[in-house]
Amino acid sequence: MAETEIITYREAVAEGIAREMRRDPTVVCLGEDIAAAEGVFKTTVGLLKEFGPRRVWDTPISEQAIVGAAMGAAMTGMRPVAEIMFSDFFAVCWDYVANEIPKARYMTGGQVTVPLVLRTANGGGLGFGAQHSQAVENWALTIPGLKIVAPSTPADVIGLMAASIRSDDPVIFCEHKGLFASKGPKPPEGHVVELGKANIVREGSDVTIVALAATVPTALTAAERLAAEGVSAEVIDLRCLIPMDLTTVLTSVGKTSRLITVEENPHQGGWGATLVSVVVDEGFQLLDAPVKRVASENVPLPFADTLEEAVIPTVDKVVAAVKAVVNF
Amino acid sequence: MSGESTELLAMYEQMAVIRRTEKAAYDLFLAGLVKGTTHLASGHEAVAVGASFALRPDDYVFATYRGHHHAIARGATPEACLAELMQKATGLCKGKGGSMHLTWAPGNMLGSYAIVGAHLPIAVGAAWSAHLRGTSQVAVAFFGDGATNIGAFHEALNLASIWKLPVIFVCENNFYMEYTAIGSVTAADHPAADRAPAYRIPAKIIDGNDVIVVRDTVAEAAARARAGEGPTVIEAETYRHYGHSRTDPAKYRPAEEVERWLKHDPIDVARARLEALGVTPETIKSIDERADAIVAAAIDAAKNAPAADVREALTDVWADGGSAWRT
Repeated sequence: MAETEIITYREAVAEGIAREMRRDPTVVCLGEDIAAAEGVFKTTVGLLKEFGPRRVWDTPISEQAIVGAAMGAAMTGMRPVAEIMFSDFFAVCWDYVANEIPKARYMTGGQVTVPLVLRTANGGGLGFGAQHSQAVENWALTIPGLKIVAPSTPADVIGLMAASIRSDDPVIFCEHKGLFASKGPKPPEGHVVELGKANIVREGSDVTIVALAATVPTALTAAERLAAEGVSAEVIDLRCLIPMDLTTVLTSVGKTSRLITVEENPHQGGWGATLVSVVVDEGFQLLDAPVKRVASENVPLPFADTLEEAVIPTVDKVVAAVKAVVNF
Repeated sequence: MSGESTELLAMYEQMAVIRRTEKAAYDLFLAGLVKGTTHLASGHEAVAVGASFALRPDDYVFATYRGHHHAIARGATPEACLAELMQKATGLCKGKGGSMHLTWAPGNMLGSYAIVGAHLPIAVGAAWSAHLRGTSQVAVAFFGDGATNIGAFHEALNLASIWKLPVIFVCENNFYMEYTAIGSVTAADHPAADRAPAYRIPAKIIDGNDVIVVRDTVAEAAARARAGEGPTVIEAETYRHYGHSRTDPAKYRPAEEVERWLKHDPIDVARARLEALGVTPETIKSIDERADAIVAAAIDAAKNAPAADVREALTDVWADGGSAWRT
C-alpha cells in the first residue's frame, strides 16, 4: 500500500483551488501577486502554469476593484476565487463585504446569486504587527449573508475549499498564516467537507473546548497536557462560523457539562460570544460550571513576540481556563 | 413612418412612462403611500432610454439609488416599480429592496446600488465575466457626478482599462452631488470625462437630454467594447427636475439655471425631433395618452396589491432560499 502523501497547509490551498478549477471551467482566480508571483504566501503555486492567464489574473492593489469585480462576475455566471492578501485589508473593501455581496440576493428578492470565495491570509503569530496580524473572522460574523470558513488542517483546506467554491453563496475563506507551514495527509481526489459540520478532533469527557483554525492545535496541545493531569478534554474544530454547528457543540456539552472557547479574535465581539449565548440559552441545564472564553485581549495586536503572545490565546491560557471550570 | 421615427416614438413613449411614474412616486410619497426615501430621475430619462435602445437585451446594466428610469428602460413595469416603493408583495423585490434597490434580472438590470460608486467595479466584473465566457455582452454602469470622487470609480476605470474589458461608464452629470455643486468639490471641469484619459480610456461629453445623441454614443461605445477595444467613459450632461431625494426643493440651485434646464427637457427635445421627422402632433398626443393610461393603471394596481408577505422576511438570504445560520 502506498504511503499517504503529506502536504503543507499552504500547498493545500493551491491544490484545493486547482482541483475545483479542473472540474469547473467557470472557476477563475484574481488577486494581487497571485499569478506570476504565485502568491506572497505561495498559496497559488502552479495555478498560472496549469490554467493560464485567462483563469488566473494578477490585479493592481485595488481591493475594491478585486472584490467588486469578483461580485460582478459571480452574478453573471462565473465562480471567482478572489484573494485579499492579508485579512486586515478587508477594511479597505468592506463596502463589498458588508453592503454589497451579502445583501444582493436578499435585497433583490432572490433575483441574483453571488457564488464567490474571498480567500484571505488571516491571523497572527508571525510578528507582522497590528495591521497584518489580525484574526478578523468575527468581523464577517456580524453580517448576515456570508458563509465563513477557517480550516485548521491541509485536508480540511482542500475539503472546505471544494465546498466553498461549489457553494452558491458567498464564502469568506480564512487561511491562517500561522498554519501555512503545518503538514498533514493529502486527501484523495473528490474530498469535500460540507460547510457547517464541526469536527471532533479529540474525544473527552470532562470539558468541551471549541476552537477554530490556529487555535485548534493550541487546544489539542492543551488537551495533551491536561490529560497528563487527569483531565479529559474534548476538542471540537468548529471549521465554519457560518453555518455554525451548534448541534455538535450542544451534544458535546451534554456529555462534558463544561465549555471553553478558544478564539484568536478579540474578546469583544468574538465568535465565542455568539456560540456561548446559544449554549446558555438552549443548554443551560447541561452546564455544571461557568463558560470561559479564551480570546485575544481587547487591544491592537502588538509587534514584539512576547507582547503578541501576551495578547493571543496560548496553551497556558487554555490550560488555566480549563482548570478553572473543572475545579469550579 | 420611417424606422427612425418608429424607434424615436418608442423611446419617447418610454420616457413619457418614466416621467409619469416618477411623478406618481412623488405624489404617493406626499400622500404617505411611498415610505422611506426616493431619488427621482425626472429629467434623466433620455440617458436611460437612449442607452437601453443602443444595447442588446442580454447586456448588463447597473444603476444607482436614482435608478427607477433604468429599471423601466430595461423592461420592469411601472406597476412593479411603484409596488416596490409602496412595500407591496408584487414589488420588483417583494418589498425587500425599496426605491434605492430596484432590480430587474430578467432584463439583466442587475441592481440599483445605494453606496455611491460601489457598482462600478461590479459592472467591471460583469464585463470581465462576459469576456471570459466569450458572449460579446457589454456591461454598463450608470452613476452620478458625485461618484467620480470616490475610490471605487478610479479602481474600476483602471482595472477596466488594463484588462480592456467591454464596459461602458455612463456618468449622469446633473451637476450636483446631493446638495452641493459638483464643481465646488471636484478638481476637474468634467468630473468623469476629464479623469478618463489618465486611465487611457476614451471619453465623450454629450447632451444627456437628447435621447438620439445618447443612443448613438452608447451604440458606438458598445461596438468598441464588443470589438475588444475596451471601455469608454460617457459623460451625459443632464439635470434633475426634483431635488436630491424625498421632498428636497433643491433651493441650492440658481433659479436661472433651473429655468434654462427645464427649457431643455429631454421629452421636449424628443418631441421636437419627432416633429422634425414629420410625426404629427396627434400621434404624439396619442402616445402621451397611452403613457397616462399605463401609469394610471400601474398606480391603481400597486395601490390594490397585497402588502409585502411577512414570511418573506426570512427568505432569500442563501441560494437555497432560506436564512438558516446554524446547523
